[in-house]
Amino acid sequence: MATIPITVEFSGGLELLFSNQRTHKLQIPAQDPSGNPANIGFLVSYLCDNLVEAKRKDLFVMDGTVRNGILVLINDSDWELEGEDRYELQGADNILFVSTLHGG
Amino acid sequence: MTASNPPLSKLCAHCKTVRAQILRPKTHERLCKTCFTTVFESEIHATITTHTLFQRGSRVAIGASGGKDSTVLASVLKTLNTRYDYGVEFVLLSIDEGITGYRDDSLETVKRNAVQYGMELCILGYRELYGWSMDEVVAQIGKKGNCTYCGVFRRQALDRGAARLGITHVVTGHNADDIAETVVMNLLRGDLPRLQRCTSIVTESASSPIARSKPLKYAYEKEIVLYAHYKQLDYFTTECIYSPEAFRGSARSLIKSLERVRPSAILDIVRSGEAFAGMVAERPGGGGGSEQSAESGGGCGSGGGGRGAGGEMADMEKELVAAEAAKGLETEILMPGKRRKGLKGQQTPKVVKEQVMGNCRKCGYLTSQEFCQACALIEGLNKNRPRRMIEVDGEEVGLNGGVEGLSLR
Repeated sequence: MATIPITVEFSGGLELLFSNQRTHKLQIPAQDPSGNPANIGFLVSYLCDNLVEAKRKDLFVMDGTVRNGILVLINDSDWELEGEDRYELQGADNILFVSTLHGG
Repeated sequence: MTASNPPLSKLCAHCKTVRAQILRPKTHERLCKTCFTTVFESEIHATITTHTLFQRGSRVAIGASGGKDSTVLASVLKTLNTRYDYGVEFVLLSIDEGITGYRDDSLETVKRNAVQYGMELCILGYRELYGWSMDEVVAQIGKKGNCTYCGVFRRQALDRGAARLGITHVVTGHNADDIAETVVMNLLRGDLPRLQRCTSIVTESASSPIARSKPLKYAYEKEIVLYAHYKQLDYFTTECIYSPEAFRGSARSLIKSLERVRPSAILDIVRSGEAFAGMVAERPGGGGGSEQSAESGGGCGSGGGGRGAGGEMADMEKELVAAEAAKGLETEILMPGKRRKGLKGQQTPKVVKEQVMGNCRKCGYLTSQEFCQACALIEGLNKNRPRRMIEVDGEEVGLNGGVEGLSLR
């Protein structure tokens, strides 16, 4: 099955949910289970199934999407400008999840 | 220009040459990194100048935790002080609660920041100030209710640190999201006096000789985090190990959910809070600062976590007094027949309410009581120290003992 190489980063405290590691180089299936091109929405469920510390998953997702208060940057751009979870992943994309919820 | 020419709609709304990378929650503008940074800085400059926060030649302490808000605050103030020649000397003031594995790491960040921004750094520890680190407090009283101690200790610690530095003004990194949360919390509690005070950008309290201000009051958390990211600022993130699930949780998720639906909601709530403040009658004695905690545990390094919980618990002691003050104001709103009784009842609390500020008999800190809150808490802790060693069955000593000490107040 074809895959897409991407880099996923976590910061602002989220790295604690992902084996305390900021950067993850991943090979993501090019298509989601229903055959559509892999998008951010699919990536998030992929991360939930494969990478996140299961018992603290709720700190990352809520109601099927990224928890409010977590910023997503697609190649350093606000995901709100890129179609949010409908953005289709491209090879070598860099996806950064930053939590704004932790201490200041 | 980027390699591929993006369509006009994708360009930055300001410079119109580079691709937009940020959607501003406040204005819905699409900006590039450079324009965003400039706009973010100039808005804080505008906040500072509109409210005349700083005086040339003064020394101002930045309450620095090593977290995103205070790090961004320090960085922006450094930039603006240079760019607009405020002529202010900024000093970093950090409080070491004595929480191993939490504060010691974030203090390393503050130490690096001091070097990066060329600012003097003063670190003041709970152990040094009160004879108890938070680790020791928790060992004594357990994990429940320890935020009370941390909140009371922190508020005084910033004051004492500032006094030690000969400084009368401390700035903290509270942002628009924090203030919106506080507004919602005070509204739900029906706490008019605190609702009135929580939005003011400068808090001067009769119980403290040190003024506090919040230059990031109108800055969104999202933009603070993006600013830190784009400027590659060195900040530290973790939850306080003693308060992993924040009390503010529900107010916080409400604010974040509102932001998702309509980003301007946060600023709208801040503005509403300001409007409420205008509607609440001034309390006798003026300034409305007769209570000890002018803001709920302000300046907590752990942000959402300890700040909320600490403030909440610390404020409990003052809750009755505050409710009484509010009662007098509330009856004015009720217009029906029972009014006369209301009027009579109304006069007593107003007179009673006038607090006489004096000095704590133990440490000299300003207080309306015989002893300040910190000394009262320390007394409770010290009382339990020997008991803990005598009783072999430690179970009940920890928690109950601590609460006993508290209830004396």
